[in-house]
Amino acid sequence: MRHNKSGRRLGRTTSHRVAMFRNMVTSFFNHERITTTDAKAKELRSIADKMITLGKRGDLHAMRLAASYIREKSVVTKLFTTIAPRYTARPGGYTRIVKLGLRPGDNAQLAMIELVEEEFTPKVKKAAPKVKASAAAKAPKKEAAPAVEVIEEVKTKIADPAVACEASAD
Amino acid sequence: MAVPKKKTSKSRKNMRRAHDFLTPASVSTCPQCKAAKLPHRACPTCGTYKGKEVIKIEEV
Repeated sequence: MRHNKSGRRLGRTTSHRVAMFRNMVTSFFNHERITTTDAKAKELRSIADKMITLGKRGDLHAMRLAASYIREKSVVTKLFTTIAPRYTARPGGYTRIVKLGLRPGDNAQLAMIELVEEEFTPKVKKAAPKVKASAAAKAPKKEAAPAVEVIEEVKTKIADPAVACEASAD
Repeated sequence: MAVPKKKTSKSRKNMRRAHDFLTPASVSTCPQCKAAKLPHRACPTCGTYKGKEVIKIEEV
């Protein structure tokens, strides 16, 4: 079973792996863009996201937790003062990985990992589920009336819970 | 020691090897410079991915 077996071992002992990722996340926040192998970049992504979450918390305990992992104090202050404030509106996903191709020598998949830009446009949630949207798209060609009914049904469905809440409050 | 009783015929040998072949690498074209590149990877000739991103600064 694969239970509780997340992550890659990368052919290293645990101490070797932890030491490597501490170095990597330090230089990643220092340079904001590093080139490494695809597998390492994918592992680093999760660590870097957690560090930025600590930076967004911004309290003394969070700073001490970050400083216990990141190797340079200057990088910790950079994380808390310049990097984390960029992403106050962004709910995770602070890094971008772009695959670069194969490395001559050992044919490893290389990737570039970087911090994403500051601008953040939240994804617009779709109003209706796919099934209803496709049904509404099919209907208007034949008859206009059924589509209106569908929309009305949606509205009543949305309205119902509020009414129920008020009723329960009374 | 276990020893084959019969010599493997050319037919048997070739049938065994019927699945031993290489598959060609899938190739896509770069939307920027139209050069052949690996799919889902940055273009090694112009250094872009998804249009705007310049990943590697290529010096001519």
